[in-house]
Amino acid sequence: MNVTIVDYKSGNISSVINSFKEVAQNKVKIEVTSDVSKIRSTDKIVLPGQGSFKSCVDALQSIKGLVDCLNDFVVNKKKPLLGICVGLQMFADVGYEESETKGLGWIPGKVTKIDNQNGKYKLPHIGWNQINLVKESKIFKDIKDKSHMYFVHSYEFVPTDKNSISATTEYSSKHVCAVEKENIFGTQFHPEKSDKTGLKIINNFINL
Amino acid sequence: MLKNRIIPCLDVKNGRVVKGINFVDLKDAGDPVEQAKIYSDGGADEICFLDITASNENRDTIYEVVEMTSKKCFVPLTVGGGVRSVDDINKLLNCGADKVSINTAAVENSKVVVDSSKKFGSQCIVVAIDAKKNGDKWEVFTHGGRNNSGIDALEYAKKMEDSGAGELLVTSMDRDGTQVGYDIELMSKISSKVNIPLIASGGVGNLDHLVEGIKLGKASAVLAASIFHYGKYSVKEAKQYLESKGIPVRT
Repeated sequence: MNVTIVDYKSGNISSVINSFKEVAQNKVKIEVTSDVSKIRSTDKIVLPGQGSFKSCVDALQSIKGLVDCLNDFVVNKKKPLLGICVGLQMFADVGYEESETKGLGWIPGKVTKIDNQNGKYKLPHIGWNQINLVKESKIFKDIKDKSHMYFVHSYEFVPTDKNSISATTEYSSKHVCAVEKENIFGTQFHPEKSDKTGLKIINNFINL
Repeated sequence: MLKNRIIPCLDVKNGRVVKGINFVDLKDAGDPVEQAKIYSDGGADEICFLDITASNENRDTIYEVVEMTSKKCFVPLTVGGGVRSVDDINKLLNCGADKVSINTAAVENSKVVVDSSKKFGSQCIVVAIDAKKNGDKWEVFTHGGRNNSGIDALEYAKKMEDSGAGELLVTSMDRDGTQVGYDIELMSKISSKVNIPLIASGGVGNLDHLVEGIKLGKASAVLAASIFHYGKYSVKEAKQYLESKGIPVRT
């Protein structure tokens, strides 16, 4: 089986690569590429993302055929994809970081700035926070409710359909930190930086 | 609820740990990977490497250290010391650092902060501020505390936030190495001035100092070196103590 991490030149993906390789050892092949033909034929995709919503969408679109390839993989072939951080945020219809930007539209909703309640809460939301599991999710197999995960973000995904939410966390207010819709998985937190619990989530995704 | 973080800091020189753990049976006390792993296994919320390599020809050693550590350590890794340019930041991130802290270069040219936060995102840009009290204000020092820039630390902190820093690592030069506690006044003044998280550093001698840094200094995270390296306290003990004082920690 091949798991492909999409390298679309948006931020630092070394930690994602290291953690997947650590979990996969030699049992699963972890490929890192922006080559659309390779991505098309893989079994699972990891879509990382750092920086702004707009910069990530722009970077995806700058690689010819990549967005179409991802759409086909996820929407038609229904193969598993895991979005991390802005990778998850891009599932939305629209994002409002920098300027209004169209997302991939896989899970209806929008990405807006976390309400810091007039400076009462510092942004970015950086550090370890607990997640509340709100529905059964394959990637949270053997993950305890209230587990700690590492977050770093200032924007949040607000899905229209609450059924797609698999976990929430509390910072300023309750917000979505993981989604699952059929073959589409996403975490706002960074499993690759969330110690052993995070590696377990990666393992669950690899073993889907 | 977001937890307050405890961050042990290791000094690395020419690719070897020169100020780090020296109380357990380390196979190799100079091995940064082994030291970082001990801390992350022990519950450290992040690891910080401060590169104090003096000569330019050995500067590349930090890249190897970061590369090796990031393959074994799955908590966030911050690397600072000698970071001069966007290119330096790029190299460290590519080697597996999650955040890079910029000190002197940010004072000399805030464009480094503007450009790097735009390019890589604010989440990985930490601005380190070395401040020393002068009368009723604090001044920013550069070059490892050797040069006084004369710049007001509070105004500078705000400027760094506006330039795109994701966090501020504030070290009190007056307290560093004294073990008498953080400069609470400095921490709380900067923390109140900015809306980004502050990491307090310099002066920790006991666990109450950590509590004060968070409760009174309004720090989101506390950085410490000696109290952990010399086995006075473990990260676990520190967390238990903080928790007993009503501070939320990851356990």
